[in-house]
Amino acid sequence: MRRILLVILIVLVGVGFTARLFYLQVINDSYANLSKNNAVKVKYEIPQRGYIFDRNGKLLVANQPSYDVSVIIKDLKPFDTTEFCSLLKISKERLIKQFKKARNYSVRLPYVVVPQLTKSEYAYLQEKMYKYEGFYIQKRSLRDYNTKSAANVLGYISEVNDATLRRNPKFKSGDLIGLQGVEQQYDSILRGVKGVKYFQKDRFNREIGSYKEAKFDTLAVKGEDLKLTIDVNLQEYGELLMQNKRGGIVALEPSSGEILALVTAPSYDPDLLVGRKRSPNFTKMHYDSLAKPLFDRGLLAQYPPGSPFKTINALIALQENVITKEDKFYCYHGYSYGRGRKMGCHSHSSPVRLKDGIAFSCNAYFAQIYRKTIEKGRTPQLGITTWRNHLKSFGLGDYLGYDLPIGGPGKIPTANYYDRIYPNKSWKGVTTLSNAIGQGEVITTPIQLANMTAAIANRGFFYTPHIVKEINNKVVTDPQFTVRKNTTIDPVHFEPVVDGMEQVFTKGTAYFLKVPGINICGKTGTSENFTRIDGKRIQLTDHSIFIAFAPKENPKIALAVFVENGYWGARYAGRISSLMIEKYLKGTVTVKPIEDWVLSHSLQDEYDKPYSGKPFKINQ
Amino acid sequence: MAKSNITSIDWLTVLIYVLLVGFGWVNIISSSMGNSIDSFFDMSEPYGKQALWIGLGFVLIVLIFATETRFYERFSGVIFVISMVSLAGLHVFGKTISGATSWYVFGPISLQPSEFAKVATALALAMYVSDLQTNLKRAKDQLKAFLILLIPAFLVLTQPDAGSAIIYAALIFPLYREGVNSIYILLGFSTIIVFVLTLVIGSTYIVLLAIALAIGIYIYNKKKKKIIRKLLLGVVLISALSFSVDFVFHNIFKQHHRDRFNIVLGKEVDAKGIGYNTNQSEIAIGNGGWLGKGWTKGTQTKGNFVPEQHTDYIFSTVGEEWGFMGSFFVIVLFSVLFLRIIYLAERQKRQFNRVYGYSVASIIFMHFFVNIGMVTGVLPTVGIPLPFFSYGGSGLWGFTMLLFVFIKLDADRMKA
Repeated sequence: MRRILLVILIVLVGVGFTARLFYLQVINDSYANLSKNNAVKVKYEIPQRGYIFDRNGKLLVANQPSYDVSVIIKDLKPFDTTEFCSLLKISKERLIKQFKKARNYSVRLPYVVVPQLTKSEYAYLQEKMYKYEGFYIQKRSLRDYNTKSAANVLGYISEVNDATLRRNPKFKSGDLIGLQGVEQQYDSILRGVKGVKYFQKDRFNREIGSYKEAKFDTLAVKGEDLKLTIDVNLQEYGELLMQNKRGGIVALEPSSGEILALVTAPSYDPDLLVGRKRSPNFTKMHYDSLAKPLFDRGLLAQYPPGSPFKTINALIALQENVITKEDKFYCYHGYSYGRGRKMGCHSHSSPVRLKDGIAFSCNAYFAQIYRKTIEKGRTPQLGITTWRNHLKSFGLGDYLGYDLPIGGPGKIPTANYYDRIYPNKSWKGVTTLSNAIGQGEVITTPIQLANMTAAIANRGFFYTPHIVKEINNKVVTDPQFTVRKNTTIDPVHFEPVVDGMEQVFTKGTAYFLKVPGINICGKTGTSENFTRIDGKRIQLTDHSIFIAFAPKENPKIALAVFVENGYWGARYAGRISSLMIEKYLKGTVTVKPIEDWVLSHSLQDEYDKPYSGKPFKINQ
Repeated sequence: MAKSNITSIDWLTVLIYVLLVGFGWVNIISSSMGNSIDSFFDMSEPYGKQALWIGLGFVLIVLIFATETRFYERFSGVIFVISMVSLAGLHVFGKTISGATSWYVFGPISLQPSEFAKVATALALAMYVSDLQTNLKRAKDQLKAFLILLIPAFLVLTQPDAGSAIIYAALIFPLYREGVNSIYILLGFSTIIVFVLTLVIGSTYIVLLAIALAIGIYIYNKKKKKIIRKLLLGVVLISALSFSVDFVFHNIFKQHHRDRFNIVLGKEVDAKGIGYNTNQSEIAIGNGGWLGKGWTKGTQTKGNFVPEQHTDYIFSTVGEEWGFMGSFFVIVLFSVLFLRIIYLAERQKRQFNRVYGYSVASIIFMHFFVNIGMVTGVLPTVGIPLPFFSYGGSGLWGFTMLLFVFIKLDADRMKA
């Protein structure tokens, strides 16, 4: 016994400790969980989102504080739900639904029950917070808008939805994410970096100090500021002119590709989509399928370009050497092409040269030069392909590549496309003659037209349009926006076309839209359009289209204006173009009669007509 | 100068020593490093210093082997006296660190004489017991033997360092092995049982229980007259012990001592703050699971949740980062070491060597038992280091000397 007592004790203790360790480490996993839950508490500090300025440094978007109420289900204690709901102005059913969602998300992580209380709502709640164990307040910042315009450009921010939360673990419930506009496109820049604070907790789940002397804590880094290319005065003026109308204005600075104004009408006050009122307002606008206030017509609307397209057809004909600028073509109130088919035209002197062709928008002239262009190739397929390649160099027929999240490609038909439509490839140049005047198969977005205008203003090149000028006071150097893109047309061919566009204002279709002291070059356009009502294809009043740039030498602004159902080009779009140009170049508007006309005319009746149920006339 | 034969050294023990010290250092790195580590030998960090102590420890080993074997036996008395003086001297020259005056500070070097006193006491005890004049059956000699343990225990207790004082109780094992009456061991265990029971159910019930037990034995025993005195004595003793435990616990113990017991006994599960060490240590160990979080990957270790983790609570790092497998490995290493030392002790021809060997095994075992018991939450918090593992130069050298003097004695056992 004397020899083995210690040995027995050693063995017993060894076995005992092994059993104890086996219990702690293998059998009882509550300690493993404890370590995950109780050891460290993480708190996030939400950074201020970056500010957004206009090109002249005017603050457009700042921040205001807001408060989220979130719940951690496992910390929840019974509470007075009636009082809680009345404080937060929510229904009990809503609260129960939110709890269910929170439970599905996680019982241990905070889930936002009521987002984005305002300061005053929070003040009431704060006094009673001690009663509600398991609820937490997270301060955030919401957007505070200094402008009522440019909602389509700015976009909005919203809580990340459950799908994004599941997909992307870097987001936490209640985080705000940019949707639409620059808020979406530059979200990662505007967002900033969340601050993280780690707290050590004791067994009672209380913070007992920072974790590791705050060694791992990081401060929130404010989001970087953006300076937009938008001139907010011009933007606001454009939206004012477009009131009671539908359509879009895209204005660019030709020498840089900067977007000066991107107007869509109807639009909305960006403040409508801030905080708790965002959801009902958004829903309301989303379901307005006629006016479509959330639809950015400047970027997304795809219409046939109409007559402004003639300018580019002229350039192609010159480049392809099928005409000279002095060649004359006859117009017999139109152009007849085989078997009694005729493209009509209005009254003007005949024959016409290039400049007058543009000034008077002569359909016959462009029909003939287009036909020559296409028929230059051995086959119409080759002709269309050549023609299409020139158009593509102007950024038509594809996404432009600007820094906004939405857009449309437009359409420039390919030879293949016609081969498919016409069996046995039984088509010729004249089959596609509508392309000569921008009708038919050609489709563009307003921003594409504006960019095309800028390329003409520059006499042969453009910079990809973009909306952001500076990030955090540093000029954007992305080669996508700073490298000049050349068109396939030699600079020499632009002069006669530009002269023609000048004559549009001196003696042509927009002679009554002259602005004193500014030499504007432009082109009117009218675009036939159809809609479907109760399954029937119905033609509506033409769209009013206008492209222009000014001044003629060293252009400062190029724009495209599109007014749905505005009838002929100079009527709405032309007037608006002149006003926009003067506003931008002079800062004030002197052509008051034109301004008064635009402000006092509404197209609402025109838009209501097809849905009135009564027979109606168009183009009157 | 008597060189030991290389082959006569017990290399198994040396190997276990190297494994324990090395693995200990690895865990000290993990529990004392911050976010990153520049050099494992950064002298401003515990792991860098420990590397130096380990290196110097090997110098110490060489010195121990270079010393004449008989030196330890002959000079054990002198060594003991010097050691006791150094303990007593603490009250004059010592430095107080976190409440205990346990240190001599010479510039950058701090020494803790209580760590070396264990070696001196073991040598002195071996010397006294192996003396031909000593007969442990005699009460007078027993008293002298106990005095050798009680002097250092008392001196250490006054520092105050109750943890280190408890260790000397381990020397009851070599005495028992050498023939001391088993009543001491019995009394020791009974005391522990009565102590624990008193805290759990209270003195009154202990007394009632003892009386009931005595009456039971009396009724079922035929020689009633013979045992009645013994039974009465037993009841009185148990009652006295129980009431004195109650008195000591409530009047002499400080609140933090009481809390330590109460936590282990489950009386105060969630006492604020006081259970923190044990609780965090258990969490860290539990966090390890089967295979652990991996070296330097333990979240509890990284988060410094376990106070004193690189010293007394180093085993919680093993538990978290190396899991059950790593902890089990350490338990096995220690157990094998103890059994090996006992095996070696039993084969000694000289009683001095055997008593010393038993003392070494007992002292290290006591440390192991109290430390791991505390870290795994089955024993009250007692601040003593885990031998070879815990950070600290004095402790490492003390245990190294303790062990290697025995290895030296064993290697030279045939020379006598």
